[in-house]
Amino acid sequence: MAEKFVGSSVKRTEDPRLIQGLAHYVDDIKLPDTLHAVFLRSIHAHARIKKIDTAAAEKLPGVVGVYTGKDLSQKIGPVPCGAAIPEMKTPDHRVLATSKVYWVGHPVAMVVAENKYIARDAVDLIEVEYDELPAVLDEEKAADPKSPVIHEKIGSNVAYKLTAGEGDIEAALKSADKVIKQKILNRRLVPIAMEPRGVLARYYPGEQELTLWTSTQIPHLARTQISLMLGFPENKLRLIAPEVGGGFGSKLNVYAEEAMLGWASIQLGRPVKWIEGRRENMQATIHGRGQTGYIEIGCKKDGTITGFRYNVFADMGSYFQLLTPAVPTLTGLMLSGCYKIPAIQMNVTATFTNKMSTDAYRGAGRPEATYVIERAMDLVAAELGMDVIEIRRKNFPEPFGGDQPFKTATGLFYDSGNYQGALDKAIKMVDYAKLRDDQKKARSEGRLVGVGVSTYVEICAMGPSAALPAGGWESATVRIEPTCKITILSGASPHGQGQETSFSQIAADELGVHVNDCTVIHGDTAVVQYGIGTFGSRGTAVGGTAVYMSLQKLKEKATKLAAHLLGADPAGVTFAAGKFTAMDGKSITIQEVALGAHLAKSLPPDMEPGLSATSFFEPKNFTFPFGTHICVVEIDRETGEINIQRYVAVDDCGKVINPMLVHGQVHGGIVQSLGQALYEEVIYDDQGQLLSGSLMEYAVPKAAQIPWFELDRTETPSPVNPMGVKGVGEAGSIGATPAIVAAVVDALAPLGVRHLDMPIKPENVWRIINKKAAVA
Amino acid sequence: MIPASFDYIAAKSLDEALSLLAHHKDDAKLLAGGHSLLPALKLRLAQPKVLIDLGRIKDLSYIREQGGQIHIGAMTTHFQIETSDLLRHACPLLPETATNLGDMQVRNKGTIGGSLAHADPAADWPAAVLALGAEIVAAGPKGDRAIKAADFFVELFTTALEPHEVLKEIRFAAPKGRVGQCYLKFRHPASGFAVVGVAVSLTLDGSGKCQSAGVGVTGVSPKPYRAAAVESALKGKALDAKTLADASAHATKEAVRTNADIFATGEYRQHLAQVYTRRALETAASRAK
Repeated sequence: MAEKFVGSSVKRTEDPRLIQGLAHYVDDIKLPDTLHAVFLRSIHAHARIKKIDTAAAEKLPGVVGVYTGKDLSQKIGPVPCGAAIPEMKTPDHRVLATSKVYWVGHPVAMVVAENKYIARDAVDLIEVEYDELPAVLDEEKAADPKSPVIHEKIGSNVAYKLTAGEGDIEAALKSADKVIKQKILNRRLVPIAMEPRGVLARYYPGEQELTLWTSTQIPHLARTQISLMLGFPENKLRLIAPEVGGGFGSKLNVYAEEAMLGWASIQLGRPVKWIEGRRENMQATIHGRGQTGYIEIGCKKDGTITGFRYNVFADMGSYFQLLTPAVPTLTGLMLSGCYKIPAIQMNVTATFTNKMSTDAYRGAGRPEATYVIERAMDLVAAELGMDVIEIRRKNFPEPFGGDQPFKTATGLFYDSGNYQGALDKAIKMVDYAKLRDDQKKARSEGRLVGVGVSTYVEICAMGPSAALPAGGWESATVRIEPTCKITILSGASPHGQGQETSFSQIAADELGVHVNDCTVIHGDTAVVQYGIGTFGSRGTAVGGTAVYMSLQKLKEKATKLAAHLLGADPAGVTFAAGKFTAMDGKSITIQEVALGAHLAKSLPPDMEPGLSATSFFEPKNFTFPFGTHICVVEIDRETGEINIQRYVAVDDCGKVINPMLVHGQVHGGIVQSLGQALYEEVIYDDQGQLLSGSLMEYAVPKAAQIPWFELDRTETPSPVNPMGVKGVGEAGSIGATPAIVAAVVDALAPLGVRHLDMPIKPENVWRIINKKAAVA
Repeated sequence: MIPASFDYIAAKSLDEALSLLAHHKDDAKLLAGGHSLLPALKLRLAQPKVLIDLGRIKDLSYIREQGGQIHIGAMTTHFQIETSDLLRHACPLLPETATNLGDMQVRNKGTIGGSLAHADPAADWPAAVLALGAEIVAAGPKGDRAIKAADFFVELFTTALEPHEVLKEIRFAAPKGRVGQCYLKFRHPASGFAVVGVAVSLTLDGSGKCQSAGVGVTGVSPKPYRAAAVESALKGKALDAKTLADASAHATKEAVRTNADIFATGEYRQHLAQVYTRRALETAASRAK
């Protein structure tokens, strides 16, 4: 009996190289004769460029080139936006600022020099004369016709307006016994991948080949877009995502710097490298979230929700990056949460501001949706004096799945769900009834103890191609080599998720070989067939399914060959534990078949040599993982400090291939949620200067700030793919934020608190306790 | 994050460092553990022409007790202090402060002398040396001079060190008798620096009354200070809960101005200083019994 790998916590095959410092990130790739680029970035949020003098910089010994918007803006095509919203206004986004700068960090010039020190020195020698303009910083005020206009050609700061949802919202709110309104903020966040961006470009003039090593989540999509920007043939452009040190959506993009480095290498005929600094990363890599919302939720006296409206100002930043305008539409899709809500409406006003572009950050629009609907459910419970669990149960649909999806008023069909099951398990783990008794006792002693519950559902496994701008399928080629080693070429581009391990587990079980005999190759467009990439919790559910499909094709071919070699009827040959067995008991191993397929001495007449299969999986629907998170906090009455006492999460991501990888994803997601709930916010001052511009001010939670997680799961298979997997990359960052905020709000409920905006800082808690006015 | 160019000289002795400093004057910066200086270089907030590295001077790194005095060399790392058996017995306040400082990498490289000389208003060591009434020994061309901790911190990032001097040693009388100490810190969630940090060193007499009290406060004001009003409210008294609470109400008396940032206002810091002072006193008093 061969060892089974799917379902067990196989240690990550990625880790030894990562934890020993042996992995190769962009900056670890050293080519002889490499030049280095440094960017001059705007120090103003909004200003007209009067004059740029590069003479002194150009004269500095070692400087090879100094380029401004004048030099590059017509030679390199615009930075692409893949999303399309009806009547959306798209600013002309050039790689360098031309007449105006639009945010602090906007690239104004690129210096290329013999080394980075010279390039950096030269940046200081460039003189730019600016005419400062008033900055537009608030996404809601930006929509005011009296606000200064950022893009004069567009004539207003409104990028688009969009109404989404189904059902008669007016009637639904009218029919309600109560309508509760609340302003709710999802502040801007910085994704903070451990490895910032970086690009190494190498042009071979003889071969006319351009290779770009870039820290990206989407090597193939980026190759297509950069080839268009440069007017360079796509089949001569090789894009390699080497080891990528985290993305969280920030590298699900195509950036001006990537194209400029490629251009510079072509011009100069030498390799050119640029490695982003952390401050640069915080100024000029996409931000996430950024929604000022107003909710209205209608309910009956018994807690039945009648309708939900979300009016929101969505902060686009000054330009569109790849998916900027699409993020709020994902919010609209998920506003129903895991509840039966007959009428839902979202009205988005998307506005330009003098800040870095927002785009997809872990969860991308869905954390915002989950946060507002979960806050709304708690507000309803508070208004009606109901328990937060009871209000949720009241509005859950019955368990569903198979060919019975759950339809929402946002136009989605959830694939499968058992919201009661996950909730029941979490309640049991945390001993909810006792928790509430303990809370009562604590309150009678004057202590501030709170319990927060979030029941979430998310949309994953992006997704059907019809719903995505550039294809939602994924590809995989699996090769059985002559020595029966398995090579998996995935079009997905994992960058920390662990799919080198989980895809190997799938292949090992399907082919009856050991997991260590499998290897996964990804991220190199010259090696791997076209693919879409890793984002939207799609790696396993879409990319893994393509692997699975190729494995089925290989098994079918190998079985035919085995039957041929055994002189048996293929219909009677069974395959188990790496061995093909005929009806008469004769058998042949997969190793023998692998060699036979390549030596090709004896093949069935209609069979091609080799054992390689490629598949492109196009999902018919998204998947909808779900779960329950419960957080218990105690607040220090004297200081306002928030201490998380317990954190319980039950997540259901369908069938699980590697429980340890699932836990890892949930851990990381909860930590990012914790950051959003308690610490993180991008703060620009009223001039548009980035005050939270380094990790000395912007608080990403560190190990000592993280509580112990008590995790479990339920398994409700998805009918969307043959393995029944759903995806888990974003679950924690979607499900946890509302639970943490709710726990703090609940702790302060005796003081009359029903809602608090994130991040909930101790000083503001202290101010609430002491009835002092809040600070901004 | 790319520094301007500079010359690097590794001084082999304190005398060599002093003569290099005398020679290069304002063009030079002293490099100890580098944890404050290197970020400043990378941001080009500091652009010295010469870095004089003190890291190779072996006889600046020590912890020893001589005749009731404890001496700590300026180049002693936070980690060495954290793990010093001598200090754990003779002055646990210092290992406790070190434990609260930065992370493992910072503690492995950063030095007490470098931190004190940098005088970051949110650093941890100032509170401890103030509470201990330590002396800071500066080596100069004309020899050594001792500066009282209370006189050492002048302003934000400014100390009593003269431009030609090198911080050489921290020394203080080893606390004797029934000693109770505590360092308590409200960490900034991003930087890990002290929003408020309070160091306390108490001794009790035979009857359990407070014989001496040292209280140092960091993070609250641009200049870390010795909370003299708190100290005098404790001396000679039995340290019951009310006495400690009453004393801590004076925790910000010496804070003429308060720090404020996007995380915490001055008003909040003042409040935290009182709460953390009381709690640090309570812990220290309980440890003294």
